[in-house]
Amino acid sequence: MLRICCPWCGVRDEIEFRYRGDASLTRPSADAPLAAFTTYVYERPNDCNWHLEWWLHVSGCRKLLKVARHTLTHEIRAVTS
Amino acid sequence: MWGPARITQGLLTDSHRPVAFQFDGQRMRGLSGDTLASALLANGQRVVGRSLKYHRSRGIVTCGPEEPCALVEVCRHGSREPNRLATTLELYEGLEVESQNRWPSLRFDAFALNDLLGRFLPAGFYYKTFMAPGLAWERLYEPLLRRAAGIGRLAASKNASHAPAETIHDHVDVLVVGAGAAGLAAAQRLGLRGLRVLLAEEDAVLGGGLLLDERWTPWREAACQALGEMANVGCLTRTAVIGAYGHGVYAALQNLTPAESARFGGLRERLRVVRAKATILATGAIERLIAFPGNDVPGVMLAGAAHKFLRRYGVAVGRRPVFFLNTDEAYESVFAFAAAGVRCGGVIDARMASPGADRARALGIDVMAGATIDGVSGRRGVRAVHVAFRDGSPARKLEADCLLISGGYTPSTALASQLRAQLQWREEIAAPVAALAPASGQMAGAGRGVFGLAAAARDGGSAAQTIAAQLGYDLGVAAEPSLPPDPEHTLISALWEVGGRGKAFVDLQNDVTCEDVRLAAREGYEHVEHMKRYTTLGMATDQGRIGGLLGAAVLAQARGLSVAEVGQPGPRPFAQPIPFAALAGAEVGAHFKLKRRLPLQDWHEAAGATFANIGLWLRPLVYSQQPGWEAVLREARAVRTSVGVTDVSTLGKIDVQGPDAAKFLDFVYANTFSTLRIGGARYGIMLREDGILLDDGTTSRLGAEHYLITTTTANSSTVLEHLEFHLQAACAHFEVVLTDVGDQWAQFAVAGPRSREVLQAIVTGLDLSNAGFPFMSAAAAQIAGIAGRVYRISFSGELAYELAVPAQHARSAWTALLDAGARYGIVPYGLDALNTLRIEKGHVTAAELNGNTTAEDLGMQRLLKKNGDFVGRALSQRPGLSTPDRLQLVGVRPLDPGKRLRNGAQLLRSAGNHSSLGYLTSVSAGAAIEGWVGLALLATGRSRLGQRLVAASPAHEEHTDVAIVSAHMFDPENHRVRT
Repeated sequence: MLRICCPWCGVRDEIEFRYRGDASLTRPSADAPLAAFTTYVYERPNDCNWHLEWWLHVSGCRKLLKVARHTLTHEIRAVTS
Repeated sequence: MWGPARITQGLLTDSHRPVAFQFDGQRMRGLSGDTLASALLANGQRVVGRSLKYHRSRGIVTCGPEEPCALVEVCRHGSREPNRLATTLELYEGLEVESQNRWPSLRFDAFALNDLLGRFLPAGFYYKTFMAPGLAWERLYEPLLRRAAGIGRLAASKNASHAPAETIHDHVDVLVVGAGAAGLAAAQRLGLRGLRVLLAEEDAVLGGGLLLDERWTPWREAACQALGEMANVGCLTRTAVIGAYGHGVYAALQNLTPAESARFGGLRERLRVVRAKATILATGAIERLIAFPGNDVPGVMLAGAAHKFLRRYGVAVGRRPVFFLNTDEAYESVFAFAAAGVRCGGVIDARMASPGADRARALGIDVMAGATIDGVSGRRGVRAVHVAFRDGSPARKLEADCLLISGGYTPSTALASQLRAQLQWREEIAAPVAALAPASGQMAGAGRGVFGLAAAARDGGSAAQTIAAQLGYDLGVAAEPSLPPDPEHTLISALWEVGGRGKAFVDLQNDVTCEDVRLAAREGYEHVEHMKRYTTLGMATDQGRIGGLLGAAVLAQARGLSVAEVGQPGPRPFAQPIPFAALAGAEVGAHFKLKRRLPLQDWHEAAGATFANIGLWLRPLVYSQQPGWEAVLREARAVRTSVGVTDVSTLGKIDVQGPDAAKFLDFVYANTFSTLRIGGARYGIMLREDGILLDDGTTSRLGAEHYLITTTTANSSTVLEHLEFHLQAACAHFEVVLTDVGDQWAQFAVAGPRSREVLQAIVTGLDLSNAGFPFMSAAAAQIAGIAGRVYRISFSGELAYELAVPAQHARSAWTALLDAGARYGIVPYGLDALNTLRIEKGHVTAAELNGNTTAEDLGMQRLLKKNGDFVGRALSQRPGLSTPDRLQLVGVRPLDPGKRLRNGAQLLRSAGNHSSLGYLTSVSAGAAIEGWVGLALLATGRSRLGQRLVAASPAHEEHTDVAIVSAHMFDPENHRVRT
């Protein structure tokens, strides 16, 4: 089980959070072509590596956090708000 | 002394306190402190069960939680709990157990025939044999196999009252798993420095291997006393750590003693969820089996286990033991028996020479070096052991009543492996050890291959030092205590299998033989994980702890590889069987899941409502206890003809405020909210970023920078998360605050042609005339003297309002409404009537917003705004989402008004045609419309209006002719809501 150190609430269990996907992506601008949105929504490299991801602290401060997690070891390197 | 085999005073038993118990209906006596296994052995009971497949007689093989054979059913108050280990089940007065897997009795077992047929029942036989003819499976094979399969019988008694199990959360600096020499030393050093330590030991007493060596008694007692006096150290016995989940989270199962259980109202176990900053795994090592024909005969036991029975309980498992071993550690058992005055029948040592053998010979014990086993005589118990010599010396036959074997010790790596530790083969112990990443914890003692008590104690101390340093503590230099020296020993020579005629078992519980493992390799199941699944090796309750490595070694030999190359199957939680009750904890019965109660719950109950679980909510379905449609239609018709009121407090309500509130709503809604007038309400739809509909609802503008969103009940938390994500991820620069006010407001829908008149009686400060407060308006007002809000919105298709008051005033507002409506015959209506009304009107809910449908599918494409970006805009325009063959929302009416519709019925061209064109999503008996009404998702639905199709429900054997109509079946001009 992941334990995520929320910058506002302290170390909390994974079940307090909701995973919201890849945080390294930026939503395409309104005039971007359809293909850009397809990539944004669907295409993921699924690397075995460090992964920057969104976690929403739904049972806590409700802040959206950026978590750097290793997809193999689950080690968490950094959590920022 | 109680029992013929109890020859001396045991460390744990109290000879002044006899305990009576029953085994298979036979009355026996043991001692307080006994386990069932030690008590059975003390009474001379050797056969304790039958094996799974061949139904061979089996005895007790180990003295701990690794036991594969001695599984029993505990009978209590008419309930039966199967698969309890005799070796860990502590004896108590009145304990009743029965042996397992035998029919009709332990002495005679009908399925023992399997043993003779064994040649025809190799691993995987059930994949190959029970194939044809087709019907034979369900009529013959399956009933027979069901009878033969499985171990033990579970029977819950209805009147047995058990307190539910408990879940306890422990938060500590360091979790130390295992309280042997290493664990005790580590816990002591960490505890002395003031760290919060939890020491978990699965045994009933602390000490592990220390308990077997008298020289260590003072050290062990001092350590236990010191730990007991430290307030910052918790010592748990009977507590097995069974799962490691990463990030310092562990699950441990704590079994309560009968006395504790009685004190806590029958509570039998606790699940402890441990969160630790660091961990020391001092899990020790487990003695392993040697494969040879007859290695399962009752009386064949691990040498270390026999040593434990003798030392802990004073029980000699035999009066003439023969030993078969290949390590010096196992000689400790030989010496213990000699010291207790038991005459040894001989020691068969696979090695040519060793210090252990020399010491044994000095005691006058017959040691046969370079020898091996050539068979065991006896079926229900060992009678003699046959010895062969590698140098060709003449074979010998040794009279014996038990055969004590030891194939060496395998470090327990299950928890470390769960933490992704890689296994590394260590030739000097002929076993793998786990290389745990430093961030995951430290291993200490025999668990990492450091054998010998003094060595383990020192290793525990240094593990403590490493862990403390990680946590920022300096333990300083440890005073080197004078520890009893470890006996000298030579290296083990790996000994896995001794050939010969007959079944040589590697897994005693699942009856897996060496031949089965070789068969798996021959048939292509070469990988250790495949072999495991093909043979079921290690898949029983004991997880193959004494034979798993042996099985891998036999596989390695068959494949011509080393054991290291073959590897070990990856263990997963749980490392030991755990009762479901312990996992469920207190979350049973009424506490199975959370319940959300409406502010008016008591009123609804008093009014005789039938409730339905909607998400976590209990919602009134209909105000009647009678099944059927009568009450539902009475409520719905009251709304259509006069006035009704329903509790819609479960709707999600999200308060949106801030200078950028309008801009934000334009971004998250597919339609526009910035143009909404203050005091106006608007129906809105939200899309997911992939263009599929997420939710719908009305949103009102209460001020220039203040909106209130309502969501469907089912999606309230999803929508809030969706909004918060987009606000913080894509609109981080917006000045908007979202507040969940769902629980703060009670909300009631007042619907029907007389609803305005009812409201006029209790609402003040608001002109309710059609001109003054038109359809889709929102305003603050006094409701029965309570400051609240009035919305003119309609889900039912009637002139309707929703009234919102702070939740604590729900009762007064509701009562005032009913009083004011009495002269119009106002009725409260439930979810069923609400559903009837909205289906007639063609309004959608979760059944249609099902995660597959688009705005266009539901006929709402005109709501999608043309200008400006919004969530889901781009992907909702994908060509694939507007192909003409998509399922579209339509209404469905049976041609014969006397016929009913079924939810989920498939729409077909004709009764004989089996290709589905779509399906019904919601159905109801009609209130204003005669006969049944339904909504459906139908391929090219909008172009099929007027067509006749067949609604087929094979489960009900029904085919109903239906007409496809517009979803807006009632008042399609929307006249009634606007008057």
